[in-house]
Amino acid sequence: METRDLTRPRGPIVIDIENITKDYVMGEETVRALRGVSLKIHRNEYIAIMGPSGSGKSTLMNMLGCLDTPTSGRYEFNGKNVAEMNDDELAAIRNREIGFVFQTFNLLPRSTSLRNVELPLIYAGIDPETREQRAAEVLADVGLGDRIHHKPNELSGGQRQRVAVARALVNRPSIILADEPTGNLDSKTGEEIMALFEDLYQRGNTIILVTHERDIAAHARRTVHLRDGLIESDHAGFIPEIDMATVG
Amino acid sequence: MLFKEIIKMALSSLGVNKLRSSLTMIGITIGVFSVISVMTAIGALQYSIEHGISFLGSNIFQFAKYPANVSASGDVREKYRNRRNISYQQALHYYRLMEGEAREICLKCFAYEVKGQAVYNGVKTTPSLLIVGSNRSFLTANAFTLGYGRNLNDEDVELSRRVIVVGKMVEKRLFPHETPINKVIRMSGHTYTIVGVLAEKGTAFGQSQDDICIMPITRFFEDYGEAKRTVNIATQAFSADTYNRTFDKAIGAMRIARGLRADQENDFEIYSNDSLKSAFVSIAGVVRVGAFVISFIALVAAGIGIMNIMLVSVTERTKEIGIRKSIGARSRDILRQFLTEAVFISEAGGILGIVLGIIVGDMLAAWLQAELIFPYGWAITGVLVCSAIGIGFGLYPAYRAASLDPIEALRYE
Repeated sequence: METRDLTRPRGPIVIDIENITKDYVMGEETVRALRGVSLKIHRNEYIAIMGPSGSGKSTLMNMLGCLDTPTSGRYEFNGKNVAEMNDDELAAIRNREIGFVFQTFNLLPRSTSLRNVELPLIYAGIDPETREQRAAEVLADVGLGDRIHHKPNELSGGQRQRVAVARALVNRPSIILADEPTGNLDSKTGEEIMALFEDLYQRGNTIILVTHERDIAAHARRTVHLRDGLIESDHAGFIPEIDMATVG
Repeated sequence: MLFKEIIKMALSSLGVNKLRSSLTMIGITIGVFSVISVMTAIGALQYSIEHGISFLGSNIFQFAKYPANVSASGDVREKYRNRRNISYQQALHYYRLMEGEAREICLKCFAYEVKGQAVYNGVKTTPSLLIVGSNRSFLTANAFTLGYGRNLNDEDVELSRRVIVVGKMVEKRLFPHETPINKVIRMSGHTYTIVGVLAEKGTAFGQSQDDICIMPITRFFEDYGEAKRTVNIATQAFSADTYNRTFDKAIGAMRIARGLRADQENDFEIYSNDSLKSAFVSIAGVVRVGAFVISFIALVAAGIGIMNIMLVSVTERTKEIGIRKSIGARSRDILRQFLTEAVFISEAGGILGIVLGIIVGDMLAAWLQAELIFPYGWAITGVLVCSAIGIGFGLYPAYRAASLDPIEALRYE
């Protein structure tokens, strides 16, 4: 494991959320998934968000990923107020500022790696030549230069996740938001993917890792623990004892 | 997003379910095909009729009990049925009044109720002969030509001779190796001597015109009865110049023959090329409306098919929609994508229907010996209607797809 560079200077703030809450109305009952969460994430941070199921971890991730808006509170993304954006503006933020990596890869099954990686560029309105060139470059970057015309079912799990990472990167987003990126992979392949994230981090990307696995979270430089819709702890580095207690 | 991209996406999604897409498409094809083929055939016929084809021989008009357009029902039909038949006596009266005023006056009577079967030496024709009682003018008035032998003459009619002029079919069936002239055939229990054979005429409007035999009208009445028959009278003017004068005189003569007073309406129908044209146009109008209604129903059904398949598709592809939204597709991008698929199915089906419809319609027109046409107006209408169907029936599924919540959609398995 590499040394953790805690002395690295902090970049500008990318994500600034303050006291956000999220309520879901389920029939008669109101579920308070987030009860007032505040968090600042700087450029080129590598942060893990941990918490048991029901802690509000997924809700926070959806919020950070601009898939959802908070019930109350303030959310600024690169200084823009996300909480008050409409669906189209949120879509534009997701397209340009956020790269998603999912547990189940979420590739389009009938499209080649190249087409999958091109997809965000299509919605960004980039012309076909530039698009194809950039997608091929990013695929080469993640080590799949020879697999660009393969479809997902012709690739291994690790390769599929690399395609997903390439897709997340292709629009040069401000953050990469990975939700249990190794959950569907064996531990060896999982480590390879984590090495890829480490590499991306070293190259200046901002990575938000949502996971409940300690050894995965251990790759991050900062760990946020959630419990019952509140931040329980927020530490630089990784504190195994607290994590033990949280995951139980 | 670029239009080309949307088309590409739509094509690739449709390609995944080729069978399903094609079946849905065929619904539209059938609807469009039915209207385009009928409109093409009718358009071709109408074009031909307006540009010279004549129903009757040149300068000919005809009197009959029933009108050409007997599509009318109920009271109108009843009105014609209750008319007096045109009797042979009246027809003869007319004939005498018009003698010298016209080139040909053909009195004719058809035994539609008898399926004529000619027998010679134990060999039989199919029981499909049309038996006609007429006079020497039948050939000219009905555009037949004599192959060989002789035509009926006035004496045959006067003496009600047992002579007969037969169509080509009779010769082919009964006399493959010998001349039929002066041979005696049996038909419906009567014997006739063949005096002439018609030249081959082929089929018109799908019916063979060679299954015919013509005997003197007087002989016809003796053998097949006169009581309930009505005589048709075809009159040919000497020339186009005298047509109108002959026409007016003929109507006067017919009124006298029928014993009509000045204040009574004509109780007979007058067929001329003009009246047949207008009869055709009115029939064509009815057929057009019919074809229109049928294809409208077919298209609505096909449209519902599209909507159904698109709804299924939206459900199946919920995950895909979630993925697209998570990486930045706006609702309107998703809407456009699904709408394009619906329009594409509809358009492809429609264009196939237009092409097939024009081909079949023109084949029909060719078979009816009409000019071939390309119905631009209907083709363009077809394309527009198909777009409207695609948009109309694709809008709701596309809207459903577009308004899916990305989080829910991503979670869908």
